[in-house]
Amino acid sequence: MYETNMYEGMLAETVTMTGTNGDIINAYYARPLGPGPFPGMVVIHHMPGWDEWYREATRKFAHHGYAAISPNLYYRAGHGTPEDVAATVRAAGGVADAQAVGDIAGALHFLKAQPILNGKVGVWGTCSGGRHAYLAACRAPGFDAVVDCWGGRVVMAESDLNDKYPVAPLDYTKDLSCPVLGIFGADDHSPTPEQVAQHEAELKKHGKVYEFHMYDGAGHGFFYYDRPAYRQQQAVDGWQKIWAFLEKHLV
Amino acid sequence: MCTMIVQQVTIAGSGKGREGWFAVKQANVSYDHPFHAPFEHALNIDFVDEAQGPGARVAVELSAEAARSLVQTIQAVLGEAEAGGHI
Repeated sequence: MYETNMYEGMLAETVTMTGTNGDIINAYYARPLGPGPFPGMVVIHHMPGWDEWYREATRKFAHHGYAAISPNLYYRAGHGTPEDVAATVRAAGGVADAQAVGDIAGALHFLKAQPILNGKVGVWGTCSGGRHAYLAACRAPGFDAVVDCWGGRVVMAESDLNDKYPVAPLDYTKDLSCPVLGIFGADDHSPTPEQVAQHEAELKKHGKVYEFHMYDGAGHGFFYYDRPAYRQQQAVDGWQKIWAFLEKHLV
Repeated sequence: MCTMIVQQVTIAGSGKGREGWFAVKQANVSYDHPFHAPFEHALNIDFVDEAQGPGARVAVELSAEAARSLVQTIQAVLGEAEAGGHI
């Protein structure tokens, strides 16, 4: 908890890191100044891309005492404005799950190698980033906590599976190796409350440690203050749930 | 990428982007999260030339109702042009 007589500083910058198949990709890394030790967070951007909101979110984690890194999962689509790059990825049907998991694992290893780290790393994302965070927590060993904010397509129909998405994240639940916090809106269409209930049932079935919160009066993306979907009370409470969960499992 | 509903179509024509006119070679049509339109999902059309990189893009984001109306209008205009012997 920050108090007004405490020193506070932060360094935030673009760095390079090793992702899937040894590819070098870029990432945004924000960390508190000081010797640490700090817990780590991998911050997974949403479908609209590696954008300003995600830079702010990365710095928000650093402000709360986490060494936070946000890998650019769209690096291989070329460079331009975040929207133009994200539109390119959208046209290509998104990034393959295996590639995303490899890049997120790379970000995990980047943090684990930092001398300021306390040894623990979480992963968080919203929208497609929430899905990617959950997927990575199931597929990449080493995470200590995962936060999925309204990740759609965790539950997938058989007809939606293809080379890029060969297995629904739900079906990897048995391999989840850390506690999960889920933040959802009751008015969301992806995931729907029914899909969230299915996800919860799967976690329960496999005896996983989880905490799900479903907010009434909120739809998809209710943390995004720059979108009509923003819901102030639900967003403030959701962030409080995130900080409490991470403090319990990472600090 | 929460719906992943997207299709591409090869097209011919020109679009005016940030740096002026360029030849558009492909239209990417999706029903997914828009960047700007105030909807959870929108009918998004990106007129692009992929060879020129991500920046060669003219984008529109429409409500489903507006998109259907636009389709009807395009069809009507083309029909009229055809009837007049212009096509």
